[in-house]
Amino acid sequence: MATFEITTRSVKGDLKTDTMILNMGPQHPSTHGVLRLELVVDGEVIVDVIPHIGYLHRCFEKHAEQMTNYQQVIPYVDRMDYVAAMGNELAYVLAVEKLLGIEVPERVQYIRVIMAELQRIASHLLAIGTYGLDLGAFTPFLWCFREREKILDLFEITCGARLLYNYIWVGGVSHDLPSEFGKKLKDFLKTFPKALKEINDLLTFNKIFIDRTANVGVLPADVAINYGCSGPMLRGSGVKFDLRKNEPYLVYDRFEFDIPVGEGKMGTVGDCWDRYYVRVREMEESLKIIEQAWEQLPPGDVHSAIPKKVRPPQGEVYFRTENPRGEIGFYIISDGHSASPFRVKARAPSFVNLSVLPEISRGYMIADLVAILGSVDIVLGEVDR
Amino acid sequence: MQANEIYERIKSKFEDAIVEFKADAIVEPYLEVKADRVKDVCEFLRDDPELAFDYLMCLSGVDYGNGTLGVVYHIYSMKHGHRFVLKVKVPIDNPVVQSVESIWKSANWHEREAYDMFGIIFEGHPDLRRILMPYDWPEGSYPLRKDFQVPEFYNGMKVPY
Repeated sequence: MATFEITTRSVKGDLKTDTMILNMGPQHPSTHGVLRLELVVDGEVIVDVIPHIGYLHRCFEKHAEQMTNYQQVIPYVDRMDYVAAMGNELAYVLAVEKLLGIEVPERVQYIRVIMAELQRIASHLLAIGTYGLDLGAFTPFLWCFREREKILDLFEITCGARLLYNYIWVGGVSHDLPSEFGKKLKDFLKTFPKALKEINDLLTFNKIFIDRTANVGVLPADVAINYGCSGPMLRGSGVKFDLRKNEPYLVYDRFEFDIPVGEGKMGTVGDCWDRYYVRVREMEESLKIIEQAWEQLPPGDVHSAIPKKVRPPQGEVYFRTENPRGEIGFYIISDGHSASPFRVKARAPSFVNLSVLPEISRGYMIADLVAILGSVDIVLGEVDR
Repeated sequence: MQANEIYERIKSKFEDAIVEFKADAIVEPYLEVKADRVKDVCEFLRDDPELAFDYLMCLSGVDYGNGTLGVVYHIYSMKHGHRFVLKVKVPIDNPVVQSVESIWKSANWHEREAYDMFGIIFEGHPDLRRILMPYDWPEGSYPLRKDFQVPEFYNGMKVPY
């Protein structure tokens, strides 16, 4: 900015200096889908960012009202955050179960925990892989995908699907774990820490990567809370808040794990590197949870609590869980007599996290915006619903 | 703090703004306040040190189907770890609610969404325009209202095509 002023002063006569408007997206590789950012730039420096969303709007909430029953909403929920579909199903199903007031068997709860945590690892692998890709590191992406593939294989042998599962049902899960699941899971648990170390050596502590991400896009804790940020966005800013600990659901209160928070190790607390590193460390914690859950997994029937009819009493519920991207919440209103919800509102973590983008990208370069946007880790399917 | 204690605290300050407190609602108790006082109530909820509701979890628009629109606020306190549900109801022919954007910035996009889908006007919102629907969506057409009719044509294309 300073150099800009000097050059204009040195030019004699009237030189018009003005900001410029630049469109980024909707088909820009670093926007991870169809997001359009209207940038107001002063040379290379960002003065303001105006996000335009809605290109992937599929009327989820309207669909949910028009279904013939509550269970039919689950496949639609899958398609919100399509790289973490298990987490979405879990949040929706738990909300409906809370409204119904039913308890599910212990085995189902443990299976749900294992699935949700595997999904968290898979989702974070995708997030950090594509983040490296955004910043010009191609190799870590392939290594992340190699590991993610193993998790998708686990999902595939369990429910037949690799991306959109329709696995977690109201009152249970669609299939019990197959007999070969345990062996494959143990293989994964054994090899994954080594792979994580490789990714760390390759990307996390890479000098170029640190230079691109440290001290960039700093989000102070109070701003993060005021903007409703959640998940790694909030924890990257140093706020120790995780719904698995603060509002435990399922059987999360039985496991020992830490909540990683941003410490400003490479720069300032709440910068892009902190958000990135929170994700890396969360994968280690998820691994711990899976190990414990697998050891404690009780026997039982996974279909015994599935209700024949889902007709919740008149009332409403807001239930939230910790998805890989943050707090996903479902606000469901039941009118008491029909078999489909009267109103469903999905509070998507990416939608809320994205709204803070203008706040944290002002004053940085356009190239930094790519790093900032990648560190927010949005999924447009969830932003637009 | 439990919901009824929070209610008592609000009642002592804003008795005239309260419409109804439903303590036995399934699953959570809620408090309904007047639409033109909601900002004051929310400001108190955030700034009172005993309540300290600093986190707006969710803001949802609702069409109750009987000529009433509503806005539901789910709020949470990071400091104390308690939550509360606040509601306002407005008639469909004059759906004006005070904006809480200046209190919780996360309300900005949520309010835009409620405007987009239900046509609720948030007074004092800095940038109230459509967010998810296209910008050329017909004015006065709000898709999540219960009386919404799917238009026969959209931009000259037949629906369903």
